[in-house]
Amino acid sequence: MSTLTLPDPDRAILARRNDIVKQLKRLVPEAILIADLEGRRTFETDALTAYRCVPLAVVLPGTTEEVSAILRFCHDNHVKVVPRGAGTSLCGGALPLEDAIVLCLSRMSKVLEVDTKNRVARVEAGLTNIAITEAAAAQGFFYAPDPSSQIACTIGGNIATNAGGAHCLKYGVTVNNLLGVRMVMMDGEIIDIGGSYLDAPGYDFLPLITGSEGQLGVVTEATVRLLKEPEGARPMLLGFESTESAASCVAAIIAGGIVPVAIEFMDRPAIHVCEHFVSAGYPLDVEALLIVEVEGSQDEIEYLLEKVEDIARDFFPSVVRRSQSPEEAALIWQGRKAAFGAIGQLSDYFCMDGVIPLSKLPKALDEIGWICRKYRFDVANIFHAGDGNLHPLILYNANDSVQLERVELCGEEILKLCIELGGCLTGEHGVGIEKRELMYEQYTDEDIDQQVRIKEALDPSWLLNPGKVFPIEGRGARKLRGIELHELEAEIREGHEAL
Amino acid sequence: MTGHMRLGFHAPETEEELVHLVAEALDTRTPLEVMGRGTKREVGRPVGSGAVVSTENMIGVSLYEPTELVLVAKAGTPVAQIEALLAESDQELPFEPVDLGPVLGYGPGEATIGGVIGTNISGSRRILKGAARDHVLGIKAINGRGELIKSGGRVMKNVTGYDLGRTLAGSWGTLAIMTEISLKVLPAQREVRTVIFFGLTDQTAIEALCIAMGTPYEVSGTLHMHAALAEHFSDEEIAGAEASVTALRVENFPSSARYRANSLKQALLAYGPALELDTERSKAFWNEVRTLKMFQGKPNPLWRVSTTPSCAAKLVGNLSRKFEIRAAYDWSGGLVWIETPPLTDGGSVDIRRTLAEFGGHATLIRADDATRAGIDVFQPLEPPLAALSAKLKHAFDPLGIFNPGRMYQE
Repeated sequence: MSTLTLPDPDRAILARRNDIVKQLKRLVPEAILIADLEGRRTFETDALTAYRCVPLAVVLPGTTEEVSAILRFCHDNHVKVVPRGAGTSLCGGALPLEDAIVLCLSRMSKVLEVDTKNRVARVEAGLTNIAITEAAAAQGFFYAPDPSSQIACTIGGNIATNAGGAHCLKYGVTVNNLLGVRMVMMDGEIIDIGGSYLDAPGYDFLPLITGSEGQLGVVTEATVRLLKEPEGARPMLLGFESTESAASCVAAIIAGGIVPVAIEFMDRPAIHVCEHFVSAGYPLDVEALLIVEVEGSQDEIEYLLEKVEDIARDFFPSVVRRSQSPEEAALIWQGRKAAFGAIGQLSDYFCMDGVIPLSKLPKALDEIGWICRKYRFDVANIFHAGDGNLHPLILYNANDSVQLERVELCGEEILKLCIELGGCLTGEHGVGIEKRELMYEQYTDEDIDQQVRIKEALDPSWLLNPGKVFPIEGRGARKLRGIELHELEAEIREGHEAL
Repeated sequence: MTGHMRLGFHAPETEEELVHLVAEALDTRTPLEVMGRGTKREVGRPVGSGAVVSTENMIGVSLYEPTELVLVAKAGTPVAQIEALLAESDQELPFEPVDLGPVLGYGPGEATIGGVIGTNISGSRRILKGAARDHVLGIKAINGRGELIKSGGRVMKNVTGYDLGRTLAGSWGTLAIMTEISLKVLPAQREVRTVIFFGLTDQTAIEALCIAMGTPYEVSGTLHMHAALAEHFSDEEIAGAEASVTALRVENFPSSARYRANSLKQALLAYGPALELDTERSKAFWNEVRTLKMFQGKPNPLWRVSTTPSCAAKLVGNLSRKFEIRAAYDWSGGLVWIETPPLTDGGSVDIRRTLAEFGGHATLIRADDATRAGIDVFQPLEPPLAALSAKLKHAFDPLGIFNPGRMYQE
């Protein structure tokens, strides 16, 4: 383990492991319970493989009622719970703790209802993202957010991280496409929020739950919006001699009143790796490549591509190529979607997820290159350019502990740069354990306290996915300053009674 | 009360002044009625506080980057001012906020952006582009402990910590006082076309609207209203139709909007011949829809009902058997504006009982003080959700000084 610290495990819980497993088995006999070391080891990490921790036990429930029973038991016995979907988190959001059970929702993968008349689908949380679209495709509908891991990742995990994807420039991210959830609170209470209508009554809990990284409740069912598939879609490739030109071109397209369905950016190293992996037909002699996709009828597509080409001409692209067939279009996207996997074949990588204002793109790419050179790492950039969501992939050797420590520092410097430029730490992957300690770079004590207060209101004992999102050191520091939250709340409560 | 705070109206100009004001209210345990320019002040249960705090003097757009589709404004900035600025760069607020002012006895265009986001009031285009809250990128606000907090930022995507900005949207000033809001904006559409069918029954109209939403033509407005409501519009063909009006809007660049309007008419051939409005007439019509022209000038109770689109016509049909109502459907039936006769409960009991069969929720938007004080203006929540809401309120405003009782009795 590197510079990362996890909360100290509760020794009493570790000592009670056999008893806890036995009681869980009795409580939810239909659920799958994994208690042996080999089995538990399967769950020791997520897609941020640099960090590992074998959990106390793993439970795979099949129903919301089982989830409720498990959470109530854990609540009453003070056992921590790490919710998990497919384990594709890139920020350690599903990293287990030694004294926690992993609550894995992957068995809850039913499509409960596809209602194309009202354009909604109700599904269980363990269903994969792509399976929602597959369930609606026969009737010509789709579910819009499309993270690169969509074949594997679950809708429950998408909700936990507010997942985006290449096409969210037009269609928005998870929070914009979620209408309702069934959720189990840490004390076992089952709560329904929203439904097959466009707004939920009362306070809007959906955006609070979405992106809360499994810390406020465990979502077991989701109602999501379905959209009608466009008549057609076609990507074009624009290659540039410099990353600056490509970045300026992105800004000009948007300023020109066109919001394409996607604008993806790849730099030279990324282009080369993807091309060797997929043979997507990417040009190899450019410094930066944009994939710009537009949608509509044939005429609409032609018109938009023409306009994009017009705008791009001012930035002297060395390659301008419209895809000529559905096969070619599919190949272009296959290359992009395979990028992380392709780079993963070459080397371990640390994937950043910072966001910057679009106008700062050239400066950001320049500085990222400089930072990585300083730490002696190669970097490949591949990201959603339309919304400024950067994904520098820093290539390193995970088995070399010195490199791991250095890559963490390198990543930290890149994220600090994003904040300096007016952006944020994470656009779609989440904070997890990876960016936890950097929260103070973006937020003040008061900002974080307000979030913590919500966490404590919904999970007072910090049993749900603890050790993530919030800086552990920061919380310790606050204690030292004598402003422990509970004391403050007590003080306020007294005041309230006096009112 | 343990001290003294000057009652009456406070409209600080800076965040620092507002922080001090909230601190003073906390010290003296003085509840605060929170508002922008107060155009939606009469929505909700009457707050009945002696001290009012308004953000109307916190005005200004601190950042607008058309190439990044982002605008940052102080909470008291009038929406009209923001829209005028956006128009200079051919951009707009995609969620087309409904202007409730005129139905509540105020002038048009007076609402502030803080009020719009605080009430999450979205217009007809919500069905395509998302709600007001969907366009919130970040906020600054003063919580009920008198602390200035921020969440999110000014970039398009942000999952750094919990999303407090979108959570505050639609909280009606009961959780925190927003002081600054970052919004995603979009290019405005140059060409607008409206396809109109006359004389459809409610059930048939909703069916047509749902079919239209299931086409790939990006329909951005789906409205149906009774003949008696259509009379109120300025467009002579609509006002004089003496029949129900079912309107569908498509937008894009000119050749595309024309193509989409034609394709829609083809898809909906079975629903009769259609009238097509050009851009100018379309804009005039949808602008009137935006101010709820059909419900202006009367004091009758007006409800905003959110339900599953395919249930809407049946819901209205069942209600019509209880008392005489006038209804306009937006969002292809997902949003229903219902005007009732001047009943003492505003029709609350019957509306909520009928709604329970279909799912959804109802908010009383217009009613006199006595009616609002006597019933649940906002939909009563199931006990588990009500308990959760109380916890959220406490996490933001532990002493309950912001708009006490406005949404729920405390």
